[in-house]
Amino acid sequence: MASLQDRANLVPQSPLAAAWRVFWPLALALLVGVAMQHLVRPNIDAYPSKQILDVGIAIILAVSLTIVNGFTGQFSIGHAGFLAVGGYVAGSITYYGSFALFGSAGATLGTMSGLYGAKADAAFFTGGEGLFLFALLAGGLVSALLGVVVGLPSLRLRGDYLAIVTLGFGEIVRVLIQQTPQVLTSKDAIAAAKPLMVPLSVGGSLGFGNVPKYTSLFWVYAAVVLTLIIAYRLKQSSTGRAMLSIREDEIAAEAMGVKTTYYKVWGFVIAAFFAGIAGGLYAHTIGISLSPVDAGFQKSFDIIIMVVLGGLGSISGAAIAAAIVTYLPELLRTPDTLMKFAVVGVPMLVIGIALLGLAGRPDHKSPEKKRGHDPRAFPRFVIGLGVIITGLSLLAFLAKRFGINLSDYRLILFALALIVMMITRPQGLLGVRELWDGALYRPLRDFFTARRHKGGTA
Amino acid sequence: MSSGVSITMSDAAEVLKGSGAAGESLEVRGVSKSFGGLKAVQDFRLSLPPAALYGLIGPNGAGKTTCFNLLTGVYRPDQGEITLGGKSLIGLRPSEIAFTGLARTFQNIRLFGELSVFENVKLACHLRTTHSLAGVILRSGWQRSEEAAIRERARALLQVFRLHDRMDESARNLPYGDQRRLEIARALATGPKVLLLDEPAAGMNPQEKKDLRKLIREVRDVFGVSILMIEHDMGVVMDLCERITVLDYGVPIAEGTPYEIQKNPKVIEAYLGKE
Repeated sequence: MASLQDRANLVPQSPLAAAWRVFWPLALALLVGVAMQHLVRPNIDAYPSKQILDVGIAIILAVSLTIVNGFTGQFSIGHAGFLAVGGYVAGSITYYGSFALFGSAGATLGTMSGLYGAKADAAFFTGGEGLFLFALLAGGLVSALLGVVVGLPSLRLRGDYLAIVTLGFGEIVRVLIQQTPQVLTSKDAIAAAKPLMVPLSVGGSLGFGNVPKYTSLFWVYAAVVLTLIIAYRLKQSSTGRAMLSIREDEIAAEAMGVKTTYYKVWGFVIAAFFAGIAGGLYAHTIGISLSPVDAGFQKSFDIIIMVVLGGLGSISGAAIAAAIVTYLPELLRTPDTLMKFAVVGVPMLVIGIALLGLAGRPDHKSPEKKRGHDPRAFPRFVIGLGVIITGLSLLAFLAKRFGINLSDYRLILFALALIVMMITRPQGLLGVRELWDGALYRPLRDFFTARRHKGGTA
Repeated sequence: MSSGVSITMSDAAEVLKGSGAAGESLEVRGVSKSFGGLKAVQDFRLSLPPAALYGLIGPNGAGKTTCFNLLTGVYRPDQGEITLGGKSLIGLRPSEIAFTGLARTFQNIRLFGELSVFENVKLACHLRTTHSLAGVILRSGWQRSEEAAIRERARALLQVFRLHDRMDESARNLPYGDQRRLEIARALATGPKVLLLDEPAAGMNPQEKKDLRKLIREVRDVFGVSILMIEHDMGVVMDLCERITVLDYGVPIAEGTPYEIQKNPKVIEAYLGKE
């Protein structure tokens, strides 16, 4: 009867290989983290390092939201709520934990921590960093627990209705944080306060800026690597297919034996965990003062933009879009750099138009056309990309000419980008595909094969 | 579709052997369902023995698909009893009913369009897996073994249904007839005891219908599943089905062999009206 298991038992297993599959992601995470901290960081200025760090946190956030919005197809617009919960929980633990353990809230940086690096004589790993790591995980877990709370309404709700619930969740988190008491800044104040209130004293609407600043490129990029690997393993598994099937057709998924509610809630939980980790990293970043706004709709919307632009369901797409959306405001601030993009954009336009001419009109009766293959898809893609890049540099030129600061208008630009994307490529940059999927490059193949075909029949 | 199919079918049967498709009978007694004042189905009864091929027919709006929805747990019957192999299905969720061994196809095809053909069938094997989420994240040995078993089963099924050369295409890009067959393959992948086919021949051309008849019969013979089908094409129904139940306005008006049904005056009246 249990035939699937009988067949599975015939597949040879190697304990060594299994151990390797647990080990290599951790090793890779450490390796990438160390490389970022000790090879990349010392060779670039403070400002770009902060940007690279922001990109890393954005990638974790976007990939985590992909699991809910992209895999299970539940539209969550309160993701920043999880970010804030993770951030505040982790921040409170390291801040008050440092008081309890070390007597003050200053960071004790080891060689892996701190955006600008530790002192030359710093220890390799300090107790403070241990506390930080614990706080990150705790923030993630508390956030995941809240994921269950938000996921449960999805038992009954779908689509717009669920979106409203998640929106409400984000707002509740925001308002609750606003009501928290002031940060206790000395040992005496902590001793005087009610013990239960101490960890809740996170500053209310004034913000929580005194969190020790442990976050470094090491921690962020180690987390990025692990997030990407886990999300990808999820997508490439039976469980991931179950999630995707809910997105495709919930009724059919249920009829095929997928426990849809179970997987919807799990989607929320996993996404909330990673968002909580991202929140913890964010809270401990230099120059950041956590505030209730971080739980707000604006922040949630930023993450949604990344996921939608990247392609709902694509991990690599979300990561790429996260990098673009985070870095673009910076580019907009420097029109001179942006103007140079024309060097790439204009040739792309010319080449794209030339290729479109070569592709010719497809024969409507040809088998290629019938099966959804269009030799013009690839030239169109090149032209589209060319238009975007040239457009940006043109925009920069105009902005410089008239003395406008483009970065003030970044939200308008993102909204415009979303509109254009929905019209021309509703599935987003990569759709559900990953960067390395062969199917993504079919337009390229179609372009060349169709040309040969045309030559034969013309 | 020539003799090639039966060869691959028996090959596949080796892989799929005992995939849950064991003989158990479906018993339906006195099932009724109303929506507000509308009595959609009244006193529906059916006894489907192991490895049977039965049909459910009736004019448009007679409540045939509602019956399927009642059997598969989409709707909960107001009264009546549904058992599969002695186990009651009343009150179970559709996913639990699928696990018990009742699989279906849909009248308006419901494939997972963005997923590939291969993934559609692999997904349907999911309910028989036993590995945990931790196994997925750590890629445990057992998870990999089960994934391998899923791939093997899905590939075998796609070969049986001659869809293996298009298995990496998105399901939505398949021609209509292939989509119908993919739905049957997907339903079979859940390891059912009973297969419910909702208008499998709808929209097919005569050649495709002919192939389909052969395919359905072979599926029954090789996998040993019972098949209950709703079908409007009388050629297909009369040729395939051993027994037929006729519904009219939610009430079963006749039950019997194709020959008996064809001669039944009530059935003729339901379809053609009274003189």
